[in-house]
Parts: sequence; structure tokens; C-alpha cells
Amino acid sequence: MNALQTKYAKDIKAILAKYPEDEKRSAVMPLLYVAQREGGYVSRQDLADIAEIIEVTPTEVASIVGFYTLYHDKPEGQYRVQVCNDLPCAMRGADAFLQGVCENLGIEVGETTKDGLVRVEAVMCLAACDKAPMFQVQDCENITYYEEQTVDSTIKLVEKWRKAGAKKK
Amino acid sequence: MAQSRGEEEMSTVKGSHILLRHRDKPALSTFEGYVKDGGFKTWKQVVTKMTPEAVVNEVFDSGLRGRGGAGFPTGLKWRFIDKNNWPHYVVVNADESEPGTFKDREIMEKNPYQFLEGVMLTAYAVNANRAYIYLRGEFWRLAAELDKQIARLHKEKLLGKKLFGKDYELELYTHLGAGAYICGEETALLESLEGKLGQPRLRPPFPPTFGLYGKPTIVNNVETLANVPLILEKGAKWYRKFGTEKSPGTKIFSLSGRVVKPGNYELPLGTTYGELIMEHGGGIIDGRQIKAIMSAGASSSLIVANDKALATPMDYENVPSLGAQLGSASIIVIDETVDLKWLVDKTVHFFKHESCGKCTPCREGTYWMNNITHRILHGEAEQKDVDLLKDVAVNMKGKCLCALGEFATEAVVSSIERFPNDFKLKTAAKAVAGELKVTHD
Repeated sequence: MNALQTKYAKDIKAILAKYPEDEKRSAVMPLLYVAQREGGYVSRQDLADIAEIIEVTPTEVASIVGFYTLYHDKPEGQYRVQVCNDLPCAMRGADAFLQGVCENLGIEVGETTKDGLVRVEAVMCLAACDKAPMFQVQDCENITYYEEQTVDSTIKLVEKWRKAGAKKK
Repeated sequence: MAQSRGEEEMSTVKGSHILLRHRDKPALSTFEGYVKDGGFKTWKQVVTKMTPEAVVNEVFDSGLRGRGGAGFPTGLKWRFIDKNNWPHYVVVNADESEPGTFKDREIMEKNPYQFLEGVMLTAYAVNANRAYIYLRGEFWRLAAELDKQIARLHKEKLLGKKLFGKDYELELYTHLGAGAYICGEETALLESLEGKLGQPRLRPPFPPTFGLYGKPTIVNNVETLANVPLILEKGAKWYRKFGTEKSPGTKIFSLSGRVVKPGNYELPLGTTYGELIMEHGGGIIDGRQIKAIMSAGASSSLIVANDKALATPMDYENVPSLGAQLGSASIIVIDETVDLKWLVDKTVHFFKHESCGKCTPCREGTYWMNNITHRILHGEAEQKDVDLLKDVAVNMKGKCLCALGEFATEAVVSSIERFPNDFKLKTAAKAVAGELKVTHD
């Protein structure tokens, strides 16, 4: 039993049960999400642990991390604010919204605030084209949609996270 | 005309929707509400009284066509499943990622049990004991809800072993993707589900022969499957009352862009663009003129929005007369203030980002095109760059394993050919999206 297996034994068992016994490799995507629960990224140790569970090489697991946009190989902000500025959203003000949010936070698109709390990213279509401007927030535990947003409502959300973080400390 | 007939008929049948029935009956989103409305009666009826062949025949007779974009007859696809190779699988394509498409999400969020019953009936029809629902990773919370709903179906003995005392068992599982448009292509989706990079396979063989884990597999879109329970409950003949002869049934049109009321509209196939955009969608914002229509999300060519286009029925047989496809019926409306240089840069950027990198023309071509559109957008291009852009696009066509390489060129070529004024680079001024005031109620 490696570190990941020990920590999430029950979850990993449930994941493996979803796929035929000789097709363990199918579990790589859900296992990567499990690994990301801690710190919001997949560590080198996680790659090795997942590789061992599904009986492939760590390089093969790393290729999956590199291919898909929702896996990350380093910690970059506790909350990833992923704004859709694809065509339909952009026709309803998403570019200006994205810029406004970044200006307010004092960062550029693709950057993280100095305190490490928020990273703002421009992403591709999120299937919410009628509710633009919108974004999703990816943190360690969840991906949550926020639709029909304004710069003000978004900054308020960030302030809420900031306060919650300060309380925890 | 088809649309008036459909509208009348629809009001007499379970409210006014077939797929978005939750809009008439919100209680359908709960298990109790769905069962009270007659849900899962068909499931029991089918498992206890019908042969899989009879189920396939009924769906074949209904004329239902795949709603993911290709429009392939669903019953015919089911007939193709290889009966000499076992086990069989059903895989649901819930990777909804086409810019402008947001219909499957509403079905699964608001009318989940009808969707799940459709998956179950399909599995029975093709003798599959396992079905996987592949959802895009962003549908994280939705997948968690579906997991709870599937657990409930187990508890109610609607899933599991020895269903209704018969020798048939079925398990459903969700599987989350992780952000890759290409996984909406069915063979890339299967690769992804197998734990590999989401890259398309060479076809043939097609999934009904060689699918998940190399076994016969039926891959269907969410909306397609949501049709199945009512087709089996009320029969193929009833279903054919809606839509047109070649495009039976209703379709959810995802309407976005510069319209007053964007959203999903379930209408009979054969409804005109004009009715959807001007009546249901409330027309163009700020009373502007409509300029162009994208009929199938970012993958489609741009239709010149003239009177002929607005009078064209949205179905599989008529949209091609406009030099476009019905596809997933994600209609993006473009008004007169939108500069198509800006639009083309947006679509090309999308496909550059989403190309899986397997085929050289798509992997390189999307980068080259984006370099040129960027120059054009920022007033750094010469007129001959427009010709170069079109040349690259034309040379990508027909040279890739899957349709993505093709899709990436549709908006480019059609914009340059059908809206030449937008691509006369007289001044060095930057292209813009046009001013916009959008207010939310």
C-alpha cells in the first residue's frame, strides 16, 4: 500500500470497482482527481503511486496530467477562477468582464494573487453560453459554476474566500 | 408546415415538451415525481415483456437521429452492434463542449431520470450489462448528483442483478473527463475512458464493432437517449407526429449570442431560423440587424442571415442548402456590429487550443491560422494574408482522422467567402467585437 492508497483506501477501492478488473487503467482520471484533493495539484509522488495502482509507468500517468486542462502539476492558487471567454460568452461581454476582474485583483490573466488565494484563467466553452459572463471555480474539492456574474459579484466572492481563509488561520 | 402541426400536437402531449418536460412539471427532477408521472413503467414493461430486437425495431421505426451532431439514425446504429463478440457496452457522450451548446446539461440537471431511463433502455436493446456516462470534467457537481440518482435506482431495484426476476442485469457508472473538447469525438472519448490520451482512433472499425476495451459499444449523445423512454412508451408512430419525415421529433436548440433571450428552446425539427431567433429568442439586442448565423456552434460555417436563411427549416435535410449543417443545433447569432475578423480569431483560437495534436494538418494548421488571424486582428496584416489564411484552411480539409481539423476551417472559409467586406484590410484599425450592453434580469 502506497501513501495515496493508505490515505484514500475506501475511495480508491470504490473507483477501481467501476471498471473491469483487467482494465484498471481506466481509473487513472478519477485517481488523479483524488490526488488533487491535497494542494490542488498532482505531485511526483502521486504520479508514482497512481502508476503503481493501475500498473502503468509514471510517465504514462504524467502524460494524462499534461493532456487534460483540469489536472495541474504545481500548486497555483487555492481557487482557480476559470472564466469562459469563448465566442458566445465573448459576444455577451466576457472579455471585458475578465479584464475587469483581473484589474481589480491587480493581476494579469493566467496569474495568481500574491497571497496565493486566487488564480484567474481564461478557459474554453463551459456549456453556459446563455448565462455569460460566467466562470467556474476549481478548488481541491470541487468545481462550481457561477453564472450571470458581474465584476462586483466576483470580487465579493473573492473577499468571502479571503475572510474565510483569515478565520481559519 | 411542420412547425404549426408540431406546436398543436405538443400541447396535447405531456405538457409542451418531450425532452425538457421538467419545464412543465418541475417535480420530474425527483425520483418520486418522475415515478408518479409514470416514469420507469416503460423500463419494467420492456424488460419483462419485450425482446431487445423489438426495442431496436421501435426506435428504428421512430426515425430518431443522433442529436450529438452527426444525425446518424439511432436504431440503425444499434442494429450494427456485433452479436458475435461479447460483452457489449453502452457509453453516453455527455462531454458537451461545443461552444454554443448547453442542452445536455439542462436535461441531466433538471430531467435526470428520463435521461437515465433512456440509457437503461438502450443498454437493454443492445444486450449490454454495463453503461458508462462520460461527462466533461466541468460537470463535476452534476456527476455527483447522477451518482446519487443511480444509487437510488439500485435501492429501488431498477438497476442491479435479476431485474424484475428476469435474467438481465445492468450497472450504470459515471466517468468524469478533465477538460478536453476532443473527447466529444466518440473514439477519442473511448480512448479517454480507457485511461489514455483523448485522441481519435482510425475508423473503421466503428465502435459497434470495436469500441470500449475493443468490445462492441454503442455511443450515443445525452439528448438522443432522453428521447428513448417516450418513443417506447408511446410508439414510433406517435413520435413521427413531430418534426419532418426525414427529421422526426423535437430538438433542443441552444440559442446564444446577440439575442434578447438566449437559452434552450425545444421545438419540432423543421421550425425555421426566423421563428427561433425572432419569436422565441426575442430578436436581436438593441434592435440591431442580424448579420450571420452559426448553425452548429463554433464548428459551423457562417450563414448569411438573409430572408431565405431565416425562412429555412432547421432540420437535417434543409440546412445544407445554406452551406451549413444542423449539427448539434447550437445557434450562435451574430449582429451587424460584430467584425468577423474578430470572430474568426476567436474560433481559430478555440480549435488551436483543443486540437489533440495527433494529425499534423490540424495540429500545425490551427497554429498557423491563429498566427494569421492574430495579425489581421491587430492591424498588422496585408491583404495577401487573408488569402494565405484561406489557403491554409482549405489545405487542412479532409486530411485529418476526425472532424476537428475540418471544423476548425468552417468559420474561416465561409466568413472570407460570404462576407468579403469584413476582410478588406483597408485600414490598420483593430477589429472589434462591437459595443455591447447586456443586462440580466
